[in-house]
Formats: sequence, structure tokens, C-alpha cells
Amino acid sequence: MNITVDTGSCIGSGQCAASAPEVFDQDDDGRVVLIESRPAETFHDLVHEVAQCCPVQAISLDEY
Amino acid sequence: MTGDTVPRYPTLRPGPFDPPAELAELRRWEPISRMEYPDGHVGWVVTSHHLARSMLSDPRFSARSEFKRPPVSRPGADPFYGAPALPGWLVDMDPPEHTRLRQQLAGRFTARRMREMRPEVDQIVGRLLSDMERHGPPVDLVQHFALPLPSQLISALLGVPYRERAEFQRHSETLFSLQATAAEAAAAMAELYALVRELTKQDRGQHRGLLATLTEEGTLDAEEIAGVGVLLLTAGHESTSKSLALSVFALLSHPDQLAKLTATPTLIDNAVEELLRYLTVFHFGVPRTPLEDVWFGGRLLRAGESITVSLPAANRDPGWFGAAADRLDIERRTTGHMAFGYGIHQCLGQNLVRTELRAALPALFRRFPELRVAVDPGEVPLSTDMSVYGVQRLPVAW
Repeated sequence: MNITVDTGSCIGSGQCAASAPEVFDQDDDGRVVLIESRPAETFHDLVHEVAQCCPVQAISLDEY
Repeated sequence: MTGDTVPRYPTLRPGPFDPPAELAELRRWEPISRMEYPDGHVGWVVTSHHLARSMLSDPRFSARSEFKRPPVSRPGADPFYGAPALPGWLVDMDPPEHTRLRQQLAGRFTARRMREMRPEVDQIVGRLLSDMERHGPPVDLVQHFALPLPSQLISALLGVPYRERAEFQRHSETLFSLQATAAEAAAAMAELYALVRELTKQDRGQHRGLLATLTEEGTLDAEEIAGVGVLLLTAGHESTSKSLALSVFALLSHPDQLAKLTATPTLIDNAVEELLRYLTVFHFGVPRTPLEDVWFGGRLLRAGESITVSLPAANRDPGWFGAAADRLDIERRTTGHMAFGYGIHQCLGQNLVRTELRAALPALFRRFPELRVAVDPGEVPLSTDMSVYGVQRLPVAW
């Protein structure tokens, strides 16, 4: 899995950083910061959920 | 429903926790359907999870107050709906105005900052529970717990003195009430702006709040800061306190769920999401308007038409939440619930609300394991005539 985030459309809802803090964080303006673009398999389900929750669909997942 | 009458937004609830049954009918047969608005004009209502999500994340649908029409009769909304957004009132704006304001605020409500507030939240919760204990049963949980907790927190966060709360609460109630006249609501709003303007000037000292910080930064002007303050204060009071008190009432009315939560405290995070989904206190939904003609969900929506996105209907959609969507189940998968809305306007304070509910609910039931509603549950007064749904009072004993 390869994660990309669109910081331009992010509104800082913080759900990603709250649900998967090992993978996502927020900067001082609340914008998403990707900590781990290729997370371990144990996180894949959670990352799918998080991507689905993002209110502006700023998280894209490439599965390979 | 016959083919030739256009229904109005249904408001009659079958019970304290369930949205009007007509919403489920609409969702099943016609998830985007014609609806008559209080003044007689005909617009639309969206009831499925899929269409609600699509619409709220589609920039062709505007949130600007010039186009907004409430789905239920609210004379108090007349001064604001149909007029340009008040300064700082970002819920009534589209990008780029909305983006500029939201960017100034998002950093103060990050998941981490809200987590860091947890000790403060725990402290206030503990104090309020001790006060309740000293008072002895019965007490009204709204006045003694569900309202003072969010009120103290949002006051501290913004940097306005908590002693002003009575004034805030009074005006906030007027703003959210369906009974308020246009003149009363406009006066309440003006009072709130004046109050916040004044308090922002006084906010100095070590722990300056959000309003003073925004003033120092100088990116927003004084009127915008006052508007942001009024918006966050009213939302922080009304929606959070309603969610908390109604959650307690729901758990007391579903003893099996409460027993599960008590037995397995780690369920709390999911239980909070489920309570938010199941109760959806924003019960009249969200108004939107297409800026151009749009084909959507197989229907042609004309530019300027009124649309209501029903959040309670979307949050009970079996297509998303499964066949038992109408049941409270604190172990269900709650991903994608829309209690905080969806899209660029999704609730700014959602992580604060989560922190408060996650702290308050377990602490309350730990302190009072025998907590019960002190009146016949059918007699608990419900605020069906407010734009935020909940209980007006919740007498409890232990």
C-alpha cells in the first residue's frame, strides 16, 4: 500500500491523526502530515477506514 | 404517499431517540425527493447515506446563507437566511472565504490539542460530579453536568470568562429556538456579537484564549473574530450539551448497552461514535443549494433550488450501517457516520466533542453506578422545537 495525501484540500478535521497516529499527524495549522506512506500490513484495514472517513477525500491509497 | 402531494420535512418522532419514520420511507423509495418548504416553495430532501455524502462533498452545492432556507418554520432564522453571511460566520460561506477562516481555526482544534485537553476535561468532570454528589438526588443532569462541562471548556478555549455564561446561554437558546421571532433572534445575535467584542478586549494575562490570539495575529478583522467567537460559543454550548445529556438518556434506556460499556470500558471510543450516529442531534439536517443546474442521483436539480440533507436519515441508512441500523449497538462499525456532517464544513469542534463525551460518560457511570432517570421516561421534556435536538431537562437519581 502506498498512501498519498492532498494537503491542499485538507480541512484539518483530524480524524486521520486521531484514528491512526502512527501513520498520520497534523501540522500547526491542522493540515495532514503523512508520517508513513507505506505502512505495515497491520495498519492497512485501519488506513482504509481512515481514508473513508476523510470529509474531503484527501487520502488516496495505491494498492500493489 | 400519493404521487401528487409534496410532503413537508417530517418532525414527528416515534420516540425520544428515533427520527421521524417518514424519513426511512423516503430513503427506501426516493432518496432524493421533492419536499415542500414552510413558505410553500418546493425543493428537495436527501435521505440516503450515499447521496448525502456525495452532495456535501460536491463544490457545485453552495452553503451560502443567501440561498439557505430552513426545512422547518423558523421565524428566528429569517434575519440570517437569505442575507449575506455575518462576519466570521463560516458555516454560511463557500470557498475561498470559508477556506481563509477555517485555516485560521483548524490548527487550534487538532486531534493532538484536543487530546492534550483531556486532563483539564477530567478535572472539570470530577468537580461537577462531586458537586452533584454533595447536592444529592434528584438533580437535573443538564444544568448540573451536561451544560456546565462544555460551557466551561469552550469559555476557557476562547478566553471568555465563564461567569458570563448565563448571558451566553440565554442568547444561544433564543438563536436555536423555533419559537423565537425574527426580531428576538436578531437582537440575541447583536447582543452576542457585542458581548464577545467586549470580552475579547478584556482577555489578557497568561492564558490568553483563541480570540485574543486571533486579535494579536491580525489576519482576521475584529468583526470576523467576534463572529467566530459567537459561532464557536453557541455551537460549543448547544450541540455538545445536547449530545451529552441525550447520550446519558439513551444509555439509561438501553441497559444492555450500558452494561456492555461498564463491563468493557475500552468500548468507550466506539460507543461515543455510535451514540453520535444513533442520536444525530442536528436533526433538521443541512441546507444546500446548487449554483448551476446539476444532474444528481438521477434527478435534475435547478440552480437556486433549496435542498435539505437529512443527517438523521443518512445515519440510519441500512445500505451503509446494515440491517440493524435503527438499533443502538455500541459494538457496531460506525465508520462514516455523519453526525458532524461531511465535506469542507464538517464540524470544527468534533475532536473536542469526542474528548468530552469519552471523559464524561464513563466517569458519570463510575461515580453513580445506580444512576437512573428520576421521572417516567415518557415525561422527560424533549426539545423538538430547537434546531439542535435533545432533552430540555433530565432529572436523575442514584
